[in-house]
Amino acid sequence: MKLFAALVETLDQTTKTNTKVAALKNYFLKAPKQDALWTIALLSHRRPSRPITTTQMRAWAAREAKVPDWLFEETYHIVGDLAETIALIYPSNPEAELNRSLSAIIEDLIELKSKTDEQKEAFICQMWSQQSALERFAFNKIMTGGFRLGVSQKLMTRALSQALDLEEQTLAHRLMGDWSPQTISFEELLIKPNPKDQLSKPYPFYLAYALEDSFFDQESADDWFVEHKWDGMRGQLIFRSGEWFCWSRGEELMTSKFPDFNPLAEKLPQGTVLDGEILAFTDGQIADFSLLQKRMNRKNVSLKLRTEIPVIFGVYDLLEFEGEDLRHRPLTYRRTLLEELFQKNNDPQLPWFLSEIVPCSRWDDAKKEREKAVEKRSEGLMLKRKSSPYGVGRKKGDWWKWKSDPFTIDAVLTYAMRGHGRRSNLFTDYTFALWDNKELVTFAKAYSGLTDAEMKEVDRFVKQNTTDRFGPVRQVKPELVFEIAFEGIAHSSRHKSGVAVRFPRILRWRKDKSIDMANSLEDLKTLIP
Amino acid sequence: MYLEAVKKKKPPLLQFSSRGIYCAVADVYLDPWRPVPKALITHGHADHARWGHGQYICTEASLPILKHRLGNIQLSGRPYGDRFLVNGVQFSFHPAGHVLGSAQIRVEYQGEVWVFTGDYKLENDGVSTPFEPIRCHTFISECTFGLPVFDWQNPTEIHSQINHWWAAQNSDKRSAVLMGYSLGKAQRLLKHLDPNIGPIYTHSSITAMTEVTSAQVDFPKTLALNKEVDKNDLKGALILAPPAAAGGAWMKKLSNPSTGYASGWMSFRGARRRRGFDRGFVLSDHADWKGLLKAIKATGCEKVITTHGYTHLFAQYLREQGYDAITEKTAFEAETPAEETSTTL
Repeated sequence: MKLFAALVETLDQTTKTNTKVAALKNYFLKAPKQDALWTIALLSHRRPSRPITTTQMRAWAAREAKVPDWLFEETYHIVGDLAETIALIYPSNPEAELNRSLSAIIEDLIELKSKTDEQKEAFICQMWSQQSALERFAFNKIMTGGFRLGVSQKLMTRALSQALDLEEQTLAHRLMGDWSPQTISFEELLIKPNPKDQLSKPYPFYLAYALEDSFFDQESADDWFVEHKWDGMRGQLIFRSGEWFCWSRGEELMTSKFPDFNPLAEKLPQGTVLDGEILAFTDGQIADFSLLQKRMNRKNVSLKLRTEIPVIFGVYDLLEFEGEDLRHRPLTYRRTLLEELFQKNNDPQLPWFLSEIVPCSRWDDAKKEREKAVEKRSEGLMLKRKSSPYGVGRKKGDWWKWKSDPFTIDAVLTYAMRGHGRRSNLFTDYTFALWDNKELVTFAKAYSGLTDAEMKEVDRFVKQNTTDRFGPVRQVKPELVFEIAFEGIAHSSRHKSGVAVRFPRILRWRKDKSIDMANSLEDLKTLIP
Repeated sequence: MYLEAVKKKKPPLLQFSSRGIYCAVADVYLDPWRPVPKALITHGHADHARWGHGQYICTEASLPILKHRLGNIQLSGRPYGDRFLVNGVQFSFHPAGHVLGSAQIRVEYQGEVWVFTGDYKLENDGVSTPFEPIRCHTFISECTFGLPVFDWQNPTEIHSQINHWWAAQNSDKRSAVLMGYSLGKAQRLLKHLDPNIGPIYTHSSITAMTEVTSAQVDFPKTLALNKEVDKNDLKGALILAPPAAAGGAWMKKLSNPSTGYASGWMSFRGARRRRGFDRGFVLSDHADWKGLLKAIKATGCEKVITTHGYTHLFAQYLREQGYDAITEKTAFEAETPAEETSTTL
């Protein structure tokens, strides 16, 4: 655990990528294999399920620290991180000594899940008391998740590739899927993978960047495929050896959630892997994202739900065909094979469609097509270089997303809460309201879009203009106006305003506007299609 | 406070007015934030010692600092513990341990004693005269770090971490840039740097303040960081600079420096990451949670007025502990991790 805690400290202390990679590499070389494997799991969001609730953690820590519960809660909101709050508030013990490996501790935590509350409490409090503040922080994070160490999967893979002297791409692929250190060893996962385990393994997803302004000056439309950007859930369908698997981008196995794709498995040849978008599909057309969400939220997929909200796979790439990995081939090649495959199985009864290429000889054609996004039920366009291989992760240059312009409205800041992580102890989480007759009615919360300097300025405003306090929430004097952008808008019975907006964020601070110039709820409702 | 005053048919000894903390009987203000005829000043930080008062009274140790910061003002100094009368009210300054020359102000009138802390800490920092608890009826306390998550480590341990970090940069021929506020933190850091590691340079505002205080404290030898310094001389050196100077043109002279920041706010990962410094050293000139509680207990007071910091939470906690505690608004801002403001760290 000491080695792991020291790694966490080093990663946390630097903002430099090279230092992080070096620290990770060094750790992978030094740490016992099982510890290294657990570290990889933790850093790729594969932590074991939490044996205790955060409510229990709060109650026990407050009691051990002899701090009243209300003060613990307030402090937690100021620190902005539960693991860190407990690490700091716990009485420090300079003689604390814990000699237990990371994997042993995690195995204890896994076993703990089935124990009684009393046993859990005794174990956790004993661990806390034997740890330094740093170890306590790392230990808590193992349970709560969200290390926020600025270590992406890509960065970790790079360090691992240096430590093991294996290619990054190969490792990225081996690290995919739903493995767990409980069932697989370091050797089996990374060094000598068992072919049987490869059957369900997805390829790493290739991700696009938001289009940069200089793009159109530098690129010719001839070199690019233009498609609509479908507003659903990214997915990978794998058909191998008589079985099929459906993976989400978050590497979650979703096969059981989408029995709809069974007919495809019966038709498509073995050794086929498709990349595309899972979409709700009602009345013969692509439905709103909220319907897909509704379906995703259910644990069990009943026949009724399947009939009510059927899904369809909008396919746009072919990653494997006849068992051959095609990712290094140019997109034109993959596309040709995909089109052939689709034509052979172009049956309206089958739950898939081919994402069409928009004919585009000049960029103006693309611009016109982008304006049809609402009509086509897409979020905008995707631009893909014809000659591009299928990459790993987010990489600039070959795939770009060119989203439709968001809706915007001017709203008044009415409440503020302290943020988390980098923004802890600053009021950065805001609630915005619109006019309804003479009253301000809440319509959205937004957390992002301001610069650091603006954030500090608003923070100061909040502290000086608090009119009421509700626990961690401050009511502020209505004075500041912000332009809020959002992606989608629909009627909602769950919101006081009667309207739900998707992905609201701050576009800019309208210092030129006073609150009487902010928009009204009426204005907002006119945007609903 | 108002109700109690009505009951006793006399105004409280110290009142919170729009200009500052006011003693009506003596007609003087303590650390006023708007111009007043007569001001008693706890210490030299900008939010406590402001421009424009008619007459300033501070500790003897603060005299050179106030002169340096405020220039030609009407200023007199008193030794710690020296009791003096203003219109029949007895005043005295007592060590607050915050920065060189800092004081608590004790006010006594007709047997009633109030103490205003200004800013304070309990640890001996080796530069300022250590904090002394003063018994009183009413204690006006700062609470910049009035949350149970603030629990300072032994400062000796922090100073050795700083020297250790510098030595590591020195052996890599890199510069170590250490940030700390120019009055207080800078002198405290300087005092405990190990000059055997390498040369120590100071940024201009710190150079000036160090000079002002050098008559009272023995510091390791320092060099002024100015345009004439050869950049090769800065390799392996430690450069002491105020946080406000971070990212300034002078930093371009340094190749691949490691940056460190010494402040109580460095307890929080979020604050550390926001600043983007390589190292955060948790070192504060304010009392931590236990320090505040210990200081309050030692005064034997019944009533506490919390002024700047986590005032509401701290007062509520004190009430639960049986104190008569309230919060008053002042212009001593401390709720922000005082990164960009002029307040102390």
